[in-house]
Amino acid sequence: MPKSRGPMARPRSFIWTRAIVLTVLTVFAVVPIYAMVSSSLKPLSEVTSSFSWIPSPITIRPYIDMWRTVPLARYFENSVIVCTSAAALSVLIATFAAYAVSRYTFRGKRIFTIVVLSTQMFPGILFLLPLFLIFVSIGNATGIALFGSRAGLVITYLTFSLPFSIWMLAGYFDSIPRGLDEAALVDGAGPLRALFRVIIPAAFPGIVTVAIYAFMTAWGEVLFASVMTNDTTRTLAVGLRDYSTQNDVYWNQIMAASLVVSIPVVVAFLALQRYLVSGLTAGAVK
Amino acid sequence: MVRATAPARPASQPGGAGGPGQAVQRRSPLDRVRKIGLPYLLLLPALIFELLVHLVPIIVGIFISFKDLTQLYLANWRSAPSAGLANYRLAINFNAPIGQALLHSFVVTCTFTVFSVGLSWLLGTAAAILAQDPFRGRGVLRAIFLTPYALPIYASVITWAFMFQYNNGLINHLLHDDLGITSKPTFWLLGNNSVFALIIVSVWRNWPFAFLVVMAGLQTIPRELYEASAIDGAGMWQQIREITMPSLRAVNQVLVLVLFLWTFNDFTLPFTLFGNAAPQNADVISLHIYNASFLTWNFGQGSAMSVLLLLFLLVVTGAYLLITSRRRQSA
Repeated sequence: MPKSRGPMARPRSFIWTRAIVLTVLTVFAVVPIYAMVSSSLKPLSEVTSSFSWIPSPITIRPYIDMWRTVPLARYFENSVIVCTSAAALSVLIATFAAYAVSRYTFRGKRIFTIVVLSTQMFPGILFLLPLFLIFVSIGNATGIALFGSRAGLVITYLTFSLPFSIWMLAGYFDSIPRGLDEAALVDGAGPLRALFRVIIPAAFPGIVTVAIYAFMTAWGEVLFASVMTNDTTRTLAVGLRDYSTQNDVYWNQIMAASLVVSIPVVVAFLALQRYLVSGLTAGAVK
Repeated sequence: MVRATAPARPASQPGGAGGPGQAVQRRSPLDRVRKIGLPYLLLLPALIFELLVHLVPIIVGIFISFKDLTQLYLANWRSAPSAGLANYRLAINFNAPIGQALLHSFVVTCTFTVFSVGLSWLLGTAAAILAQDPFRGRGVLRAIFLTPYALPIYASVITWAFMFQYNNGLINHLLHDDLGITSKPTFWLLGNNSVFALIIVSVWRNWPFAFLVVMAGLQTIPRELYEASAIDGAGMWQQIREITMPSLRAVNQVLVLVLFLWTFNDFTLPFTLFGNAAPQNADVISLHIYNASFLTWNFGQGSAMSVLLLLFLLVVTGAYLLITSRRRQSA
């Protein structure tokens, strides 16, 4: 009998329920992905008339044309730069904050955690306009162009992922025995050294989890991107809508572009999902 | 453990970047200041960004909600004329059109949220429990289940919008042409059915998250619990009922709250599915406020609605945490 984590005896009713439920869920999960892939291989005439399950004739034209219909390459470049910077900065800042929360007692710690976590419930719509006004005011006062620039978007996105990242990493750090970094401190290492040499390597799964989370949050954000970018800084999240502002809706090219912009995130996510589960187990789920 | 101790070694070597002097004078006053100040210094970057992007804008938002801020004053928003409580009065006057529309939108959002969260939780939990034992293809299945959550939300929702098209969509083709369930094609993104479309897409997107979290939660349940109850003769379903579900209570408390807040505040999904003008039956609150602010250029009004929304979420979250925590303690 295979090693089982869960309940032991498996009655027939369980096997059947499992087969049926998991099959239905698989179909539910896969159908849109199939629609995306198959429609991306059809000529335009086939996606504007009635839907067909099997693409015939199959063409890869949409994958070539999509770069010309819309400046997709520029949107791609903007998204990659913005999201990578936001994720990297977010992980670094969250690591410092989580280290403080996990390893030190200080005045205001509880308030800090509560306030930061409660920002998670703020409706984005509430601070969209104020943030826009603040960015414009900062621009007028200092000449630093935050509005419409990639920097403004990076700042916004890195902050969006901070609360969850800090919370999760603090939980993760808590699960690392204090003896480890205390030993380093006794050996004469500074606190930062203990963080970088002991805590971070031990918390690697948690840090990877937070990095994927931050990147995905930024990659999928639409509301702020639609208000805070201009023609040169537009990201994929907004740019994909350009395919339907022409006379025709180029559904085949939209599907091709959707697939291409999804691949980096999905591959990263699936490759690292093992870390994600263990990261959640140690951090969030306690 | 092994991985963690190995990199710790070099830290013990003297003469690092911190300078050897510091390690010797451990009790100097400067060092004490440094020690007390250090946690704050570590928090400082996070604090700066939280202030800039989250907290100050909230305060500005509350400020604006008491102003008569239209596009005329946008360039110089601090000097917009005061509106007193007028924006709030208009928002909650349910006899006037603005208040009526807001109330309608609120009801739509509540309905949508209840169904979306309920179904997402149910599917995620069922899948996690059923896929708990090792079986052939389990890894592949897990990857398939997680893919909807991994896809960028706008890419997958555009695909759903395509599938829901009247003439050339997959859904109508399946229901009408293939299965013949409907006598004529259905409008999914217009009219009454739009709320179903919204719920379906939202569940499709969110149940994998519930799956992921419950899956992580299941791994923390000690095996001995199951072994002990198996010796006592408990069956599989009984074990799920008496061990698995109660052990997941803490996980569920957070999971349901997070799903609720995400779904209630969700803008990207309805905006991508319907565009600016959502049909009446799918006019969820964030889209409604977005339109109230950016289409009519009445930002004071939009901010007042946002503040009311925030207050509602605060009350619900507070009550929820109070009730569920008490129940957890008494259980």
